Amino acid sequence: MPQTLAEKLISMHAGREVKAGELAVVDVDFAYVQDWTGPLTVDVIGELGGALAVDPARVAVFIDHASPSSFKEVSTGHIKLRDYAAKSGCRLFDIGEGVSHLVLGEKVTSPGMLMVGADSHTCQGGALGAFSTGMGSTDVAVAMSTGKIWMMCPEAVKVVVTGKLPAGVYAKDAILHLIGSIGADGATYQSLEFMGDTVDGLSVTGRTTISSMAVEAGAKCGLFATDGYTRAWLAEHNRESDYKEIRHDEGASYARVVEIDVSKLVPMVSFPHKVDNTRPITHPDCNDVVCHQAYLGSTTNGYYEDFEAAARILRGRHVAKGSRLVLTPGTKDVYRKMMKTGLMDVFLDAGGVVNSPGCGACPGSHAGILGDGENCIASINRNFKGRMGNPASFVYLASPATVAASAVEGRLADPRRFI
Amino acid sequence: MSGRAWKFGDDISTDLVAAGRYAYLRTNLPELAKHVLEDARDEFRAQVKPGDFIVGGGNFGLGSSREHAPRIIKIAGVSCIAAKSFARIFFRNCINIGMPAVRVDTDKIDEGDELELDLKGGVLRDVTKGIELSFPPYPKVMADILEAGGLVAYLKKNKEFAL
Repeated sequence: MPQTLAEKLISMHAGREVKAGELAVVDVDFAYVQDWTGPLTVDVIGELGGALAVDPARVAVFIDHASPSSFKEVSTGHIKLRDYAAKSGCRLFDIGEGVSHLVLGEKVTSPGMLMVGADSHTCQGGALGAFSTGMGSTDVAVAMSTGKIWMMCPEAVKVVVTGKLPAGVYAKDAILHLIGSIGADGATYQSLEFMGDTVDGLSVTGRTTISSMAVEAGAKCGLFATDGYTRAWLAEHNRESDYKEIRHDEGASYARVVEIDVSKLVPMVSFPHKVDNTRPITHPDCNDVVCHQAYLGSTTNGYYEDFEAAARILRGRHVAKGSRLVLTPGTKDVYRKMMKTGLMDVFLDAGGVVNSPGCGACPGSHAGILGDGENCIASINRNFKGRMGNPASFVYLASPATVAASAVEGRLADPRRFI
Repeated sequence: MSGRAWKFGDDISTDLVAAGRYAYLRTNLPELAKHVLEDARDEFRAQVKPGDFIVGGGNFGLGSSREHAPRIIKIAGVSCIAAKSFARIFFRNCINIGMPAVRVDTDKIDEGDELELDLKGGVLRDVTKGIELSFPPYPKVMADILEAGGLVAYLKKNKEFAL
């Protein structure tokens, strides 16, 4: 039977051919937690009473959500995670290493892998041709302890993206547009599988942005086939030998097909408090939206190329009076490269403030919490009420370029005017 | 099990259930539970009674994977969540902690209705209205996990997954 990417990847880990809709027990290549969900996972591993880690090389703990911690309670939770890592021998990525999914994209995630993580944005591993999906603390505890988990093979939605992205329009705009079209539950339980000539020419950073936001349409995963871009990314991170050809079969069967022509797409903004509440930047609603804070970073836009797009606009310019710019490099390597290439100077000269690598202000517990009534234009993935730490604040989602343009103008702004 | 209905709208995110600003309570679930659903319906946490039902709209539990969300709903005394549809991770998390999550047409239920869950029969009864709402059966593995009282208890009993 011709297979979708999800069917192919799940079959590879179930030891038999698995079709969409079927349940399977799969071998998990890599399982991980972060510091929001991890302490609970450690408790559950204790309750299970089996191995602490089925294979320490295939298990990791990330301290990225509070990095470094701002609360004594969180710091004590971190002790629990470090203790688990020491006892189990698993890999520990401590404060300042970066966001789990982005660090894994640099160091671990490989075509053909099956990964589970106690974080909803685990789906971004699909950018490198891995079946990677988020689960709760208990499911991931089982995967870490036993190396296995059950799952349903999702039916797939074929998303065909065609056309050349216009200047000032990015992968983030394309995925916001898609979610705005199909809705926040438009792909619940399904696998979003991206193809088409836009995707064929899209960098791994752009694919990472798209995969990470698959969950914002309810999807279980957001998958890309592998190609020269995948190989180049792995080579850049000194692991070209991890490359594998992963492609869907011609004639595979899809629940539906969604077609997007990006050649006329304009920068998109998600309005509070729903990701699918999108508007083109040219919409009248985008006039006169004051941006008290502009925020760059997050697992969705935390790689170097994302900051480069923002820096192109900020170079030689300054954040508007009354606005502030906060940025959080996604990983330590991104941080280092930003220093080496002078990007950091661009942000500092523009008036930006830099957090240590990690999740930063995105999950709302530190490093840029908003005040009552404030608006933030952010390159993050969610704008639910309270997301950035204050239910009386308002989060607008956009590409790094739109965030940069809005920082300069102090209100929602079209990045195309700066390019 | 039976209890009163607490109605919620569409798209109740895990940020609304367990807000990021209380993330510092992540390792203290009873304390975190004091803030359950605070940003969705502030009166809920003080007035919820053991056995009560949460009755949501579409896409209940979207967002973060934080299992703390269903766990603090359970700690608050809720016996079951009924919704038109659930976000994937949240749905699994409910089953894994032994809390029924059932998909029914919740438009037919009003705030305060007396509800009764017949898990085996696949029916949610609105006693106040005298109607029965059926929900799709769980796959065997999920039904077994729920019956065992959660994933840990299931694995202690079965050692491995039986699909």
